[in-house]
Amino acid sequence: MNNQSTHQGIAGFLLLKMLRLLLLVAAVATLSFVLVSSSPVDPVDAYVGAAMLKVSPEQHEIIAHHWGLDKPPAERFFSWARQIASGDFGVSTIFNEPVLSVICKRFVTSFWLMALAWSISGAIGFGLGMSAGAWEDTLLDRAIRLYAYTMASTPIFWVGMLMLMTFSVSLGWTPVCCAWPLGLSAEQATFWQRLHHLLLPAITLSLTGIAQITLHTREKTIAALRSDYAVFAHAQGETTAGIVFRRALRNVALPAVTLQFASLGELFGGAVLAEQVFAYPGLGRTTVEAGIRGDIPLLLGIVLFSTIFVFTGNFMADLIYQLVDPRIQKTAGGASP
Amino acid sequence: MLDIRDLSVSFTSYSFGLKRMEVCVVRGLDLSIAPGQIMAVIGQSGAGKSLLAHALLGILPRNARVEGQMSFKGKPLTPYRLSALRGREIALIPQSVTALNPLLRVGGQVTRAALLSGISKKEAPATVRQAFVRYLLPKGVAAWFPRQLSGGMARRVLTATATVGMADLIIADEPTNGLDPITARESLGHLRELADTGKAVLLITHDIEAALQVADMVTVFHAGATVEVARAEDFKEPGNLRHPYTKALWNALPANNFVGTMKPIARASNADGCPLQFCCNDQDSVCGQSVPMLKRSGAGWVRCHHA
Repeated sequence: MNNQSTHQGIAGFLLLKMLRLLLLVAAVATLSFVLVSSSPVDPVDAYVGAAMLKVSPEQHEIIAHHWGLDKPPAERFFSWARQIASGDFGVSTIFNEPVLSVICKRFVTSFWLMALAWSISGAIGFGLGMSAGAWEDTLLDRAIRLYAYTMASTPIFWVGMLMLMTFSVSLGWTPVCCAWPLGLSAEQATFWQRLHHLLLPAITLSLTGIAQITLHTREKTIAALRSDYAVFAHAQGETTAGIVFRRALRNVALPAVTLQFASLGELFGGAVLAEQVFAYPGLGRTTVEAGIRGDIPLLLGIVLFSTIFVFTGNFMADLIYQLVDPRIQKTAGGASP
Repeated sequence: MLDIRDLSVSFTSYSFGLKRMEVCVVRGLDLSIAPGQIMAVIGQSGAGKSLLAHALLGILPRNARVEGQMSFKGKPLTPYRLSALRGREIALIPQSVTALNPLLRVGGQVTRAALLSGISKKEAPATVRQAFVRYLLPKGVAAWFPRQLSGGMARRVLTATATVGMADLIIADEPTNGLDPITARESLGHLRELADTGKAVLLITHDIEAALQVADMVTVFHAGATVEVARAEDFKEPGNLRHPYTKALWNALPANNFVGTMKPIARASNADGCPLQFCCNDQDSVCGQSVPMLKRSGAGWVRCHHA
């Protein structure tokens, strides 16, 4: 394998992805700015909040003028974009804190939730999918499929509520809300306390996430078992389990990894709902708050952040394919012995 | 070594979900093969050749049913015995490089075949190295992926994979398919070498000329049944051939000016009587009444009322 050309291939790939990310962020920024400017949310009212009645129309106008709200939309957009480009996302009106620091803090809380849910659903879903595919049409397969189809068509907030009622209210095994015990701050809580609070939302989030990866892996496993190489392996005396877990593992795992990374968008969406149900103070819950209370700087910041987050997921999937799949190295590096 | 009597393979399928249908693909197949011999099984596409290979290895899909007597080394070949024998004493050389997993390195796949054939973990690397040397595969090839192999190399890797163990019966499924004449001859030469070391080789192909280069015996296979068993040298003189279908095949060879003497097969016959009754030139009223039995004829066998 010609290493230099492989490196060139990877460098070109990274450059192209960076360009794509820039274009994507620009497009999302423009679109969300248009949406926000045509929404009925008045930034001054949202900022003033409950004190709205005490503010006279003249004072309202002065604030608007001070913020440049009387300028044409295009001019406002470019001054906003310039600031974003220089890393200034503004100040969140509901937290009274720079948007970036709010996002960072909340994302760390969400990150553990999503990481746990993502790993659980990935590992269990992949295992279930392979087993179902290997023993197609057996009782095991039917049971796994029933579970997957049920979960794929069940709203996550409803599962969350059932989980809360069962494990937190009736059984009392898990806490009812929050990411750490009430009355403590994030720093005071121990690792075990945090894990205890994390468990139920993470399991809820993964329960539904398992469905997709299971069904996908099942299909890929069945296809692998019908392939020429599986027939040849069988002729060599390999058992079905041997074919699935020894020969086809890589062929099935590669697309599964891609899917799992590409599902980060759905994971984020699921986290918004799960955090709402479990009153878990992560980025998802913050998004809902920012929306309801008209915190426009924070909302726009989260939109851009989630764009990059989902893009990173897809990028990771592509990158892993580049590094692991020998068939792709050929086109990327043009190297053949 | 291997003896097959009246083998039939049928598939059950459900049309429109409810109606059960049984389709018989191979019936009345007779075949026997001795150690040190290459038996060529010749048949046109769709005659059920690959099914025969899969039936011999017991790797047909679940909805297939196999009937008839098979015996291997004198003992009956039951599905249970088959699952112990395949890969160890009966090995398959598959048709194309797609039989190798595209994502795994060639060396690893050959090693796995060696382990499955009963070679111990300790001896496997040396055995695989020997197999690579035997088939003129450079050492570095072990680290390649299947897509990096050339056509001829791929054939040698497949042959190495099948013969890395000590299998006594080698089934080669279309070993010359899609190969240039030189590579095809090389591939057939390897089969001859294997037979000369005392193994039995079953060469399944539609390519009569290629088969005749190396085979000792030829079984002509049509519509899932054996129509004639002949010695390879019988094909040198068309008068020695017994069955009208075999004669027609011989006449249609490029060397014999592609003369088509038999009508094209318009429909498969599932009715009583000889499967070839609608296209055969020698047919008369007897042909429609019963399926001819396979009967001895000189050094071979023939299934025809008139031979």
